[in-house]
Amino acid sequence: MNLWLLLIVACVVGFLTKLVGYLVPKKWLTNPRVARIAGTLTIGLLASLTIANAVATGQQVVVDSRLGALVAAAVALWLKAPFLVVVLVGAASAAGLRLLGFP
Amino acid sequence: MPTSLAQSPGARVGVSIAVATGLYGVSFGALSVASGLDVWQTQLLSLLLFSGGSQFAFIGVIAGGGTPVAAASAAALLGIRNAVYGMQMNVLLHPTGWRRLAAAHVTIDESLATSTGQTDPVEQRRGFWVAGVGIFVLWNLFTLVGALAGDALGDPKQWGLDGAAVAAFLALLWPRLRSREAGAIAAACALATVLAVPFVPPGVPILVAAVVAALIGWFGYRSGPDGEGLEPDVDPYPADPHRGAAS
Repeated sequence: MNLWLLLIVACVVGFLTKLVGYLVPKKWLTNPRVARIAGTLTIGLLASLTIANAVATGQQVVVDSRLGALVAAAVALWLKAPFLVVVLVGAASAAGLRLLGFP
Repeated sequence: MPTSLAQSPGARVGVSIAVATGLYGVSFGALSVASGLDVWQTQLLSLLLFSGGSQFAFIGVIAGGGTPVAAASAAALLGIRNAVYGMQMNVLLHPTGWRRLAAAHVTIDESLATSTGQTDPVEQRRGFWVAGVGIFVLWNLFTLVGALAGDALGDPKQWGLDGAAVAAFLALLWPRLRSREAGAIAAACALATVLAVPFVPPGVPILVAAVVAALIGWFGYRSGPDGEGLEPDVDPYPADPHRGAAS
């Protein structure tokens, strides 16, 4: 129930955030500091989500097959692979490392 | 005299970006059910939240054992850039009435990049709507495909879906790391996350990183170009380096 509620809250907030751009005076969001924070937040959150999904298990930092997936994905991105290929490389390397006996 | 829709460069780019982006809805669908959401909840995110980064953030926090509050917070913070995109699109389109609501809903990285890469106002308009609506339809269709497939897979770990989630986040981040400063921000926030993990509940390290990112944005804003990292994460016009997506 709580998950449903917060899921709907996230959807409503997400839509209103988009709509705000169409409603507020232009100068508010062209403020360079606001635009910059929107940019640094995007980078910071995606970096945090990447590493948290790679090494966090509950409140522990764990090195396992997910870290291998991170490295393999980085190589795929460096080779300019498209998004879906990168995701498949991540899945294949994590599954493969587990087959080889890594945690 | 504008070209016909069939020959419209904006619409053509919109279609190709819609197909490419819509397809990877399959990975969102599969990863979302692997994180513990059901098919309905997964589909609702694609229908109503409809912003790839925010959707992946929500399920990424849930997958890590975070609370729904932390998941919604991460999704909301990652959506802030859409407000800035909305302002840019409002200047180009001036939509009114129901069109304003529809335009807001399909204001995402890809529709903005397609539109702003065109110079003719008619093409800017066509590019925005074709990319935005096209992605909405295909993204939702492929979310459903992915969610149903993910549901049928069984143990997500056996298929490496936790590794797929890591790869998806890195792929969302990667196109934004165009400058040394962007790389430094990413490194600082990743470090803050790892340091916070043992001390706060799951999901909260991501919000700690958000605070670090906001502080860097607030105090360091003279050191880099405006809107660092705010370029859309796609460039629909890679063949023409002189017509940048964010110009």
